[in-house]
Amino acid sequence: MNRIDARFGDLRRRGRCALIPYVTAGYPGPDATVPVMHAAVEAGADLLEVGMPFSDVMADGPVIQEACARALEQGTGLQEVLAMVAEFRRSDAATPVVLMGYANPIERRGVARFCEEAAAAGVDGLLIVDVPADEAAEMRAELARHDLHQIFLVAPTTTDARLKRAAALAGGFLYYVSIKGVTGASTLDTASLAPAVERIRNAAGVPIAVGFGIRTPEHAATAAESADAVVIGSALVERLGKTDSPAAAVDAAREYLAPVREAMDNNASSKRDAVSA
Amino acid sequence: MAETAEKTAIPTQLPDAGGHFGVFGGRFVSETLMAALEELEAAWRKYLADDAFVARLDSDLAHFVGRPSPLYLAENLTRKVGGAQIVLKREDLNHTGAHKINNTVGQALLAQAMGKQRVIAETGAGQHGVATATVAARLGMKCVVYMGSEDVRRQSVNVFRMKLLGAEVISVEAGSKTLKDALNEAMRDWVTNVDDTFYVLGTVAGPHPYPAMVRDFNAVVGREARQQVQEEYGRLPNALVACVGGGSNAIGLFHPFIGDDEVAMYGVEAAGHGLSGHEHAASLCAGRIGVLHGSRTYLLDDDAGQIIDTHSVSAGLDYPGVGPEHAWLKDSGRAAYVGIDDEEALAAFHELTRSEGIMPALESAHAVAYGMKLAAGRSKDEIVLVNLSGRGDKDINTVAELEGMTL
Repeated sequence: MNRIDARFGDLRRRGRCALIPYVTAGYPGPDATVPVMHAAVEAGADLLEVGMPFSDVMADGPVIQEACARALEQGTGLQEVLAMVAEFRRSDAATPVVLMGYANPIERRGVARFCEEAAAAGVDGLLIVDVPADEAAEMRAELARHDLHQIFLVAPTTTDARLKRAAALAGGFLYYVSIKGVTGASTLDTASLAPAVERIRNAAGVPIAVGFGIRTPEHAATAAESADAVVIGSALVERLGKTDSPAAAVDAAREYLAPVREAMDNNASSKRDAVSA
Repeated sequence: MAETAEKTAIPTQLPDAGGHFGVFGGRFVSETLMAALEELEAAWRKYLADDAFVARLDSDLAHFVGRPSPLYLAENLTRKVGGAQIVLKREDLNHTGAHKINNTVGQALLAQAMGKQRVIAETGAGQHGVATATVAARLGMKCVVYMGSEDVRRQSVNVFRMKLLGAEVISVEAGSKTLKDALNEAMRDWVTNVDDTFYVLGTVAGPHPYPAMVRDFNAVVGREARQQVQEEYGRLPNALVACVGGGSNAIGLFHPFIGDDEVAMYGVEAAGHGLSGHEHAASLCAGRIGVLHGSRTYLLDDDAGQIIDTHSVSAGLDYPGVGPEHAWLKDSGRAAYVGIDDEEALAAFHELTRSEGIMPALESAHAVAYGMKLAAGRSKDEIVLVNLSGRGDKDINTVAELEGMTL
């Protein structure tokens, strides 16, 4: 069984909303990523998203652009990202890892080869930002061969027809982009979130994660009321960027994520009735 | 040229419903943009079939842009080269000085019809930015233009023109600080302000429907040229030549001729400091198939799939990708793509200026340079039709700098 499915099954039984931190691989330095991944799990992360640096991150805001540029300067390419996941897996066999990135580096390496390598490294899912459901056919077969889930985005502007298609193809979970904009660009519109998640839930049989505007413990707690998972990216990456050693990055991740986890858990009781069995 | 194998697919009927030209094109963008692209596609299809809209567009092209642009037989240049007749399609005479206005007039009218009050654009040489700012001024729209900081430096005259026209010019510091980074930033703006904003993309690259839509707005160049050359010379040209960065002026010229098998088509890419190294912008001549800016196409990247910095003396060709329809034309064999380096382009800039009194844009000078090469080996009865896509006024600082002068 794919680790993502196993983990969401377990979380559902425990009535816990998943916390999914995002880190750009190789940022602020190549030595920081694996320790930060472990620290995030210790601080209450249930799944991890690892960004694969790309030169032209069209859907990302300034924080992740800068993180990608610095990671690339220090030589973090796909091969290095996969090595980091493999290293993480040596001491954590259970926490699912989703790689997030853009199509071109994967195509250059070869989709089949990359999927094989990713599965071997212990990756559980891929979110390729610029491969929407419409263009996913080629990648889909290779992913399926290696039991990797393809994670799709759903936006506030996604039409019913598109939502239906994404729901039909979705593996693992659907990722709801809670704002109109790039990563880290603005903050969560809490009022519109619950109805939007409900709409997706009515169309999809997979868990729903919410991300792209969640910066504070309060945002995370609010999102946890309706969603199955909360993704935190730019706000964490921004803090990691201010550190100058792997140890400092580990501390920054812990200090930032622990209160987020706590706020989500404190809100947990109000969430449970919203989740259909 | 492949003549039989590819007959099954009729290029003039491409792209397919998903925006694909064979394996190229498509819509490789974040889900956050898909609804906007679908809305745009629906509007484009609706208004291009709307007689009142088309009449307004034609009227604007005639009275605001100054169309039709003439064909000009470059007699002095032809005599010097001593081969085929070199005929120029004078897009440099358009309002704002390049072919770019054909597309911005069309897209701005579309924006207005869709009720969008704010337009954004990316620009390299600044010609598309100026053309967008121009139509925005006329239609009373707010206009924001993204431009790489390196291009802002190289094209200061166009930056000032845009500001005079009321546009806000945002200098982009990311990446290589050129056209590709400006395009990334414009896409980010669009994603964020999608409700009231229309993205006026300036070339035949990007996600569907842009490659097809921008082609359709520029195809007036080829339609006119095809009619003019038949009226004035009694026949079709032997070859078409146009420079290719993203490829909008080239596709505009080529497209109406695609069915004319006897007309050869040459797209001229920027070979910069030479195709053997990395300092060029020739994605069709020297690139590989990948995904950039929303479509599958030929592009320039490293072995890790990271997009690499390009180089050309002309800012408008300094782009690591190319429109997917050109990728299709290359692979199908219908068009050939060649490189002209910085030195050859500069020499052609001076040659045309001195021999004909026509100062070409450095982008267009690449086409002129190849047109001269092509004409040289041919009979005097043949016609080589070169798209003079823009005028060179914007480039005089660059040329002066290269020759050690400060203006």
